[in-house]
Amino acid sequence: MSNERGQWGSRMGFVVAAIGSAIGLGNIWRFPYVAASNGGGAFLIPYLFALLTAGIPILILEFAVAHRIKTSAPGCFGKISKRMEVLGWGQTMISFGIIVYYVAIIGWTINYLTYSFSTAWGQDAGGFFFGEFLNISDSPFILGGLNTKMLIALALVWVINYVVLMGGIKSGIEKANKIFMPLLIVCLVIVAFRGLTLEGAMQGLDYFFKPNFSALKDPTVWLAAYGQIFYSLSICFGIMITYASYLPEKTDIVNNAFLTGLGNCSFSLLSGIAVFSVLGYMAAQQGVAVSEVSAGGIGLAFVVFPMAINALPGANGIMGALFFLCLIFAGLSSSMSIMEVLVSSVTDKYGAPRKVVLTVVTILGFATSLVFVTGAGLYILDIVDHFVNTYAIAISGLIEIIFIAWFFNLEDVRQYANGMSDFTVGKWWNFTLKYMTPVLLSVMFIFNTYIDFTKGYEGYSIEALSVFGGGTLAIILVMAFVLKSIKGSGDHEQFIGEGVKM
Amino acid sequence: MSGSAILFAVIAIGITWGGFGICLSIAAKKN
Repeated sequence: MSNERGQWGSRMGFVVAAIGSAIGLGNIWRFPYVAASNGGGAFLIPYLFALLTAGIPILILEFAVAHRIKTSAPGCFGKISKRMEVLGWGQTMISFGIIVYYVAIIGWTINYLTYSFSTAWGQDAGGFFFGEFLNISDSPFILGGLNTKMLIALALVWVINYVVLMGGIKSGIEKANKIFMPLLIVCLVIVAFRGLTLEGAMQGLDYFFKPNFSALKDPTVWLAAYGQIFYSLSICFGIMITYASYLPEKTDIVNNAFLTGLGNCSFSLLSGIAVFSVLGYMAAQQGVAVSEVSAGGIGLAFVVFPMAINALPGANGIMGALFFLCLIFAGLSSSMSIMEVLVSSVTDKYGAPRKVVLTVVTILGFATSLVFVTGAGLYILDIVDHFVNTYAIAISGLIEIIFIAWFFNLEDVRQYANGMSDFTVGKWWNFTLKYMTPVLLSVMFIFNTYIDFTKGYEGYSIEALSVFGGGTLAIILVMAFVLKSIKGSGDHEQFIGEGVKM
Repeated sequence: MSGSAILFAVIAIGITWGGFGICLSIAAKKN
């Protein structure tokens, strides 16, 4: 089976693709806001600490296990212990849950790229986004029909992903990332450079970097840092396992993990500089504090940044286009990695031709994602995203780390990784995975669950949270058991549960 | 921009971009 699987053309091809997967929309629209609202410069202390004690150790773990076993997540966990194959399918279904709304957001950014040249959102960017663009309904249960312009962009994103993945690993994903990633960096550097030349940019950067050390005493700041690292490195839902399974026999594990983790964080910092220099300018123009215009997520991308683009002294359309191109490139490089999880998991187990699996996944995914281009799309997207991140990925990560760190010989994994790496990791790596990461993930999960149960989520009704959030979790769980129970091809079944050793 | 903000910007960029550069140069030397 492994002979038929694709392989990266070069080490840098893998590293660029892994960084491309890690760098997503969240690096641009989430990290700057999270950092600024959790202590500014001081946030970078827990953030970098989390990178070294959770992000990079988990990357090393996933790279090493996938390189040794050379199959996607269900096969990887299944070969260690037959019962754990279901965890791999759970991660595969999480990927499906994410990809269906992620492509919709990339579609929106494509729509906004076309709007940016004429700043079509006008002076009321918020009204334009929620009204004219989304045509948002009054409730998550009122779909309000399909939105044609969003539908066209959505279809385009699925087609791009389909074409890239059709090319396979080396000629498809690796080649696409080698084009998208440099373009992403160039676009963001131009936005950052232009931002830094604007009046008020330094106030924006001051807000972003100025350390508030008292924030370090607040446990929620540390949880925010671990959450940011955990959710931005594409770990614990099959992506890095899938990508590393395509590594050639002779490769590197530890340095590749450091390159991926540091590359992701380097990009996040650059994003913060670009975003807050422009927001600093907007705040100066409006005569308000930077904190008053600071925003994150969809609000930053589709409301606040368009307002900032309006306020620019010149080349507004070009700056807008560059910003949305950044989001498009970052989104596409991540979405293709999420899709690859689905394609490789099914192909590896059932031995079906890659093209057939890809076509089925694309059709199913496209059909499911249609709900996100309706008038209720934003509501449903918000709920599904929250539940998948807060519960599904957190639980999946917790089980994965505990399973491998406690029921597998972690020291063997460390020696396996060190045996083929430019530099080695010490026993601190075992400590972080065995004790620190499970404890922090548990605390993060319990804390977020407590918040949801006591305060609710964004004012949504229990019915809406149950149907769209709980429903998504139920589908992920049920489908994971169904896919595990369906008998696979000979190769897969032969080696499942063999109790593989490193 | 205040002095502490500049200091933290330099440290953060130094650790991330600098660390990335060091890892990249190690990879280049070993290959």
